[in-house]
Amino acid sequence: MTQIPGSVQEVEVTGQTDVEDLAPPPRSRRKTWLVRLMAIVAVLASWEFFGRQVNPLFMSYPSAIIKAGVTLAANGELAIALASSLRTLLSGFIIASAIGIALGLLIGRYQFADAATDWLVNALYATPLIATIPLVILWFGLGDAAKLFIVTLTAVFPVLINTASGVRNVPRALIDVGAAFAANEWQVFTKIILPAVLPYIMTGLRLGIGRAIIGMVAAEFFTSITGLGALIVKYGNQYDTASMFVPILILMLLGVGLTALVRRLEEMFAPWRAQDD
Amino acid sequence: MTANPSNKLSVRNVCKTFRLRGVGGSKDGMLNVLRSVNFDARQGEIVSLIGESGCGKTTLLRIIQGLIRLDSGSVLVDGSPISGPGRDRGFVFQQASLLPWRSARQNVEFGLELQGIARAERSARAMQLLELVGLAHAAEQYPHQLSGGMQQRIGLARALAVDPAILLMDEPFSALDAQTREVLQIELMRIHEKTAKTTLFVTHDLDEAIYLSDRVVVLAAKPGRVKQIIDVPFEHPRPELAELRSNARFQEIRREMWHLIRTPAAVAA
Repeated sequence: MTQIPGSVQEVEVTGQTDVEDLAPPPRSRRKTWLVRLMAIVAVLASWEFFGRQVNPLFMSYPSAIIKAGVTLAANGELAIALASSLRTLLSGFIIASAIGIALGLLIGRYQFADAATDWLVNALYATPLIATIPLVILWFGLGDAAKLFIVTLTAVFPVLINTASGVRNVPRALIDVGAAFAANEWQVFTKIILPAVLPYIMTGLRLGIGRAIIGMVAAEFFTSITGLGALIVKYGNQYDTASMFVPILILMLLGVGLTALVRRLEEMFAPWRAQDD
Repeated sequence: MTANPSNKLSVRNVCKTFRLRGVGGSKDGMLNVLRSVNFDARQGEIVSLIGESGCGKTTLLRIIQGLIRLDSGSVLVDGSPISGPGRDRGFVFQQASLLPWRSARQNVEFGLELQGIARAERSARAMQLLELVGLAHAAEQYPHQLSGGMQQRIGLARALAVDPAILLMDEPFSALDAQTREVLQIELMRIHEKTAKTTLFVTHDLDEAIYLSDRVVVLAAKPGRVKQIIDVPFEHPRPELAELRSNARFQEIRREMWHLIRTPAAVAA
């Protein structure tokens, strides 16, 4: 066989494949899951065992919680609370994302916007905003508006700060590419800055959703009328600890599920970044 | 001064001074980067800029690109002075600087997209150029999946895609390993024979400058100025660099350039 010109590129391609082969083989990943599954079973089993020894007023255990969960699901109480919470959570989160991304892009790109607002943003980001709930209730009453406001307020800052820092971190070299090809400001913004910032925005959304859940539960504690938070307060007051655990576990699943969802989106939008880490 | 019509690029009396902000109590100062730089590149020539670090060669290239404003003098492309970046000049960066969220083909399309050229047309044009740089098979791969050498080829294809009058290359092979660099030097010569683009090539590698160029502009530092312009007499197509190195004339030119660059500042250091 004769050497064809272009064989050099073939070598480069093969070299690249070798690098990708360095990822952990699937067998060790399966092993990780096996260990994890065993740990989960062990924890649940000992919870069941030791939980039964304690006064049910102070602690519950998995089988009792499942039984309470079935009851709450059957009488519709759980579905109503979950629907109410999810509605507030998602609409608040969407509003917070829109505001956070828009302001973040502006603050990151334009120095005057940054100088004018950075002190306020930093102060509000550092403040535990659930401290303002009593005030918010004074403004909006005990209804959904207060809950929506709290969720938006708690979720907006992680989105905003990550978006702004993403804009500031767009590599100078990529901006130069735009300049070298005579791109105008709008083209630089849409074709370079926005795609470069997308992974930062996704990180902001992931952190924001966690905060939104905290804000939602805290708001529901105070208003105590609807939602999973209200359910916790209700069964806490009734000393029905097993039933109280049901909404807590639902919140846990909600947090894990939504965060994982956003993380998947993160990887989808920035496959080049996953390799850097 | 009138421009010679055969000159694709003319650099006339270009001066540039940077204002330095005082650091730690020192006074503000002026840094004279370029003083009265003059040279030309004729249609189809490859001209190299070479000089020790701090001689302003990258600044000069960025002035010609239009990213840095000159204080006085002018840069003429096809006889008309430039004012800012333009599509008549294609740029190849030191680090390939590909957009990581775009495939190889989409990166090559970038400049065409900015000009509002229709999708089908720019895709076809990008494929032609990927073919030219030998990477048609990698069109749908992303930069992080490609080696440094491949990325740099795509950077070259991206610059050529907009069909510029002049190609500006800023030490494009300096970050590559020695073998890849030699392969790409040969590739650049092959591509240049097909496109005949007037090319301005910044490098600090003497062999590379001689091997690629029709003429080498040697810059002196502090302030940056043209020390000498050396004609490289070898006919195209040239033998490979390894072979050219043993040529007596090559060694003579190399020695001359080495002395020009070393004296007098570098000797003192």
